Amino acid sequence: MISTLSALPVGQRALLRAVGGERAYRRRLLELGFVPGTELRLVRRVGVGDVLEVELRHSRISLRISEASAIEVEVPA
Amino acid sequence: MSRPVVAVAGNPNSGKTTLFNRLTGANAKVGNYAGVTVERREGLARLADGQQIVLLDIPGTYSLSARTAEEQIAITAIAGLNPYSEPDAVVLVVDSTQLARNLYLVLQVLELRLRTVVALNMHDIVRKSGMRIDVEALERELGVPVVPVSATRGEGIDQLTAALAQRLRAPIVSEAPVVALDGAALEADIDALEPAIPHGWGRGDTARRRALAGWALLSIDAADELWDVPDELRSRTLARQGLARDQGRDLDLDLVAGRYRWIDAHMPAFVSHVPTTLRRLTDAVDKVLIHPVVGFALFLLVMSLVFESLFTWSAPLIDAVNVGIGALGDGLTAALPAGLMRDFLIDGVVAGVGAVVVFLPQILLLFMFISLMEDSGYMARAAFLMDRVMKAIGLTGRAFVPMLSGYACAIPAIMATRTMERRRDRLLTMMVIPIMTCSARLPVYTLIIGALFPARGEPGGTVAGFLSLQALLMVAMYLFSTVMALGAAAVLGRVLFKGGAAPLLLELPPYRLPHPRSVLRMMWERSRLFVTEAGTVILACSVVLWVLLSFPREAPPLPAAADAGAVATAPVEGQEAAARLHHSWGGRLGHLIEPAIAPLGFDWKIGIGIIGAFAAREVFVSTLGVVYGVGDEADEASAPLRSKLHEERWPDGRRVYTPLVGLSLMVFFALAAQCMSTLAVVRRETRSWRWPIFLFSYMTALAWICSFLTYQGGRLLGYA
Repeated sequence: MISTLSALPVGQRALLRAVGGERAYRRRLLELGFVPGTELRLVRRVGVGDVLEVELRHSRISLRISEASAIEVEVPA
Repeated sequence: MSRPVVAVAGNPNSGKTTLFNRLTGANAKVGNYAGVTVERREGLARLADGQQIVLLDIPGTYSLSARTAEEQIAITAIAGLNPYSEPDAVVLVVDSTQLARNLYLVLQVLELRLRTVVALNMHDIVRKSGMRIDVEALERELGVPVVPVSATRGEGIDQLTAALAQRLRAPIVSEAPVVALDGAALEADIDALEPAIPHGWGRGDTARRRALAGWALLSIDAADELWDVPDELRSRTLARQGLARDQGRDLDLDLVAGRYRWIDAHMPAFVSHVPTTLRRLTDAVDKVLIHPVVGFALFLLVMSLVFESLFTWSAPLIDAVNVGIGALGDGLTAALPAGLMRDFLIDGVVAGVGAVVVFLPQILLLFMFISLMEDSGYMARAAFLMDRVMKAIGLTGRAFVPMLSGYACAIPAIMATRTMERRRDRLLTMMVIPIMTCSARLPVYTLIIGALFPARGEPGGTVAGFLSLQALLMVAMYLFSTVMALGAAAVLGRVLFKGGAAPLLLELPPYRLPHPRSVLRMMWERSRLFVTEAGTVILACSVVLWVLLSFPREAPPLPAAADAGAVATAPVEGQEAAARLHHSWGGRLGHLIEPAIAPLGFDWKIGIGIIGAFAAREVFVSTLGVVYGVGDEADEASAPLRSKLHEERWPDGRRVYTPLVGLSLMVFFALAAQCMSTLAVVRRETRSWRWPIFLFSYMTALAWICSFLTYQGGRLLGYA
């Protein structure tokens, strides 16, 4: 099932399909390891900041929910 | 023989600075990189073989690609591009618990063909968790020495310096692992750019030239802020990027993906037994600390503690500084004969030095808290919690702590903007911090409110029957400054600093216990930086202001006839000082600006006070004291000064200080950039006069306009 990172439920694992967004931001995401085919997991959402935390390759990165909507993922059936 | 230079580089939160401190001991110099406000630290270290080296602390970075001037520092300093010379070796600090992501930077650096040693930091955590890292496999595949260390515990440091010493003797640069590029098309792009790489960059090494061509493809675009990129390279890069777009290729992905393919293919050989529990404690703590309700409440609690300390804990220290400065002045008075030299030393130099030193208690306290928050990992959570609020005004969560500190004092607050990565965010925050009600405005507000508005118990002293009018006014001034600062940020952020709020990419590092030594070190470095760099400007300004307010020297005959009645009770000394001030250049300036400030309801005497207050706001009170002949020692609670303000009349007999004038005056003080120390610090932090001049102009203009609206609006409504 194809979804965006921002729509994943907490704890869900998914495979990254594509990364969108403005060039400098997208490039930074790619360099942090957000390349297609990477497995990631949504660790948590934080309501106040509208931020979510993602784990991939054993490291954690936090991004805004609005910006995570430009990241496309595939949830294994 | 000159000392070899070794660059220490690594991801943010990799423990790079701890390792740097461990290697250099106490002798590090802090400064800025040429042309940009990015912190540059260097220090001396001794290697196992007794050789001395210069260590250079490179700003933490996830990669070498760059778009902003700040990001370019990493590549220029590591690769030795203009204006830096190539380091003799690079120590790459790697967070062993997040090896895969850290390896990306390692590969990029190795491609540049530098003598490299990899420090596998946080090895103690890895060992304890049961995870295994095959150091030999890493050395074999990367082709460079890899040394497990723990910077916080000081383990493996000797082995690291031994490896470094050996590396420095080796003539051969590292053989970078072969990372396959994604396809023939990308190869062709690199081929096309390679000849455009300047000789000073490539140093006749084909592999290095190709790596730099890849860097250009990933970094250059129409809107970047990179400096020193040759036009030829820039135009060719843009042409190849356009070509790739036309062919439907994703150039950025192709350039990055090759390295991650190498990493993903090799990770199983490097790491085994990865536990899922590495962050169990941190995750448990985070459940509380970034909880939408509990976390937020705790955050507010921490912030009130910081705020409280800046106000109350610093007070005895500030008093002690003032007592010391006073004693120094008294000592000089006793030791020197009266005259110009003594006045210059006491009122110019000692007062100026005092104006610098008096900020140290707050700077030390604020940086103690910032250092504790940064080192423990809490600062990233604070940014996380405040992100939504700050995003609304075009800033990031990181701006919150500096802005809050502005309520105590703008000087440490502006220095604290260094914790923000983007120059845009830093500048924008710096431009609005001085609007926050700092503690120097309190004496002015206290004087005006106390003198011109009825206290509780007097007629009109309460509002709605029980609220004190004076207290309400004080609260209103705080609210006013907060609203104005947020509004200014929103407006300046749209008009002046385009680009809007930066996308957020934050790493929440695991919680760690802060190291007392690194906290003390940060406090020491910040205060030394302030005293040596901002201090000189502040001292110079104090002397200029002293000249303005004390020359020409000859006191004119006392204007006895006109004022005799009014000043009869004032001490004669105060009278003389007042007369001298009236006829000083500063006093003449007061007359000169009277037409400009009359529409705000101010006369020329207030004008002198305002001119004096441009040194520092609280000077307003003592300057008015001198103007009205109550003497130097006037303070905001002094009864003679208050009654003087009450009695002061315009030539036509109207009262000068009406409540409306008081309100207008407070609005002026809330907004005007009356603090040369703030301007000096902005000058220091931005490395240019442009920003302090802009700050001064816009705040003073805003002050004039709001004050004008207050006074004239009040008159229209029928208040005098």
